[in-house]
Amino acid sequence: MTPFSYHKPASVSEAVNLADACSHFIAGGTNLVDLMKENVVRPARLIDISGLGLNGIHATPGGGVLIGARVSNADLAWHPLIERHYPLLSDAVLAGASPQLRNMASTGGNLLQRTRCYYFYDTGTPCNKREPGSGCPARTGMNRIHAILGASDACVATHPSDMCVALAALEAVVHVQGPSGERQIPFADFHRLPADTPERDNNLAFDELVTGIELPPPVFEHHYRYLKIRDRASYAFALVSVAAALTFDGEVIQQARLALGGVAHKPWRDPVVERLLAGQVPSKALFNRAAQTLLQGAQPLSHNGFKVTLAQRAIVRALDDAARGAANGGARP
Amino acid sequence: MTAIASNGAAEHPICLTLNGQPRTLQVHPWVTLLDLLREQLDLIGTKKGCDHGQCGACTVLRDGKRVNACLTLAIMCDGADLVTIEGLASGDDLHPMQRAFITHDAFQCGYCTPGQICSAVGLVHEGRADTREAIREQMSGNLCRCGAYGNIVAAVEEALPSMTNGAKAQRGQHP
Repeated sequence: MTPFSYHKPASVSEAVNLADACSHFIAGGTNLVDLMKENVVRPARLIDISGLGLNGIHATPGGGVLIGARVSNADLAWHPLIERHYPLLSDAVLAGASPQLRNMASTGGNLLQRTRCYYFYDTGTPCNKREPGSGCPARTGMNRIHAILGASDACVATHPSDMCVALAALEAVVHVQGPSGERQIPFADFHRLPADTPERDNNLAFDELVTGIELPPPVFEHHYRYLKIRDRASYAFALVSVAAALTFDGEVIQQARLALGGVAHKPWRDPVVERLLAGQVPSKALFNRAAQTLLQGAQPLSHNGFKVTLAQRAIVRALDDAARGAANGGARP
Repeated sequence: MTAIASNGAAEHPICLTLNGQPRTLQVHPWVTLLDLLREQLDLIGTKKGCDHGQCGACTVLRDGKRVNACLTLAIMCDGADLVTIEGLASGDDLHPMQRAFITHDAFQCGYCTPGQICSAVGLVHEGRADTREAIREQMSGNLCRCGAYGNIVAAVEEALPSMTNGAKAQRGQHP
């Protein structure tokens, strides 16, 4: 690890005023410390945010929930408000990492974790995300785990999070504070596609700190499914994951949310597909059509063509499970 | 008070509880908890496997919760209550999870065992495992290259109810 200085501010405003282009905030550190050991990230200063509070989960006046940025993955997944009202989020969090990492890793940090692309991690190879302009060996190299949607010539990395796929489907809002004040970022606008600036994963400025994640009032308590497909049964990143959430008016789907993980630089949603599902009675044919539409623009690489079929099948299964209330152990009310 | 090391970098003081004993230590910001335990405090029961949070050999208990010591910066442990494998037994009286591992021969080479046992103790605290399948899932952060998984799961399964009862009886003594 390259030496760095350490700072532990006592307030959010002190923290953001300490930040500069050579500093990093640290919460759980599960990804950042690893990246520092690999010399992928070499901050001159670490700003420890563990003295800032930001570790509560509270109901909001509007009927939603505000999750502090420092809440651990485990505390989030097992919080009564989340388990009862946002079970899709609980399931997604518990599908990720290991129990040890979930005890350490924070909610805000989950959004900011970096891709697990082999080339990004290997400082002996070029990587446009790590060293802009150096090239992307993944495009023609070992790209089995890489993106099939929204990639660019510069970068084919995927976002590795499970939590974020659920947060995208639930239309969470990211609360952020910088030196000039607070702002709120809709989840869909938080992460970026790589385009020609793959070094930027998201739209945060270096001196902006994620302070919390707000969930809108719950409507997907009954019909939801987080389905994760990976190379082993536990403790592996998703090859493909699906967050599906539905509401019903009788037999008819009223509202649908569908987000994919493991396939793009950010959780992948398409409003067209969600509108296609709304107003329809669930059927295999309908779900197949949704799956095909969502994958329409897929551009697989040399080793990940299987992801297109896998994603389509996973979508159909997740939607079917969600419609049946399978994760909830029950039939449609 | 901050000490300056020979390379000019600052060491910071931290106060923590380690296996029941209060300790005051000086650490560089980049020292991990794992390296602090093994290299500075000679507590070599906690093992370095992958050093990247993937194998669980370095699992210790922080404020009762299992964590990877290799991804924990020691400087961020100021005020923490840490328990390593060395802190589980009371003298010659082994922790119930240690006894269960012996009863079920839940190891071969033994390198992953301290992490497995600390992780299993953390699992019991969490109180979320009530089936064999759940134990398997919730022990997935600990790899065993010998493949002693069957016996490890059996040991955790046996220790689970007894520890849940025992924890009620002697809260605060054992992690």
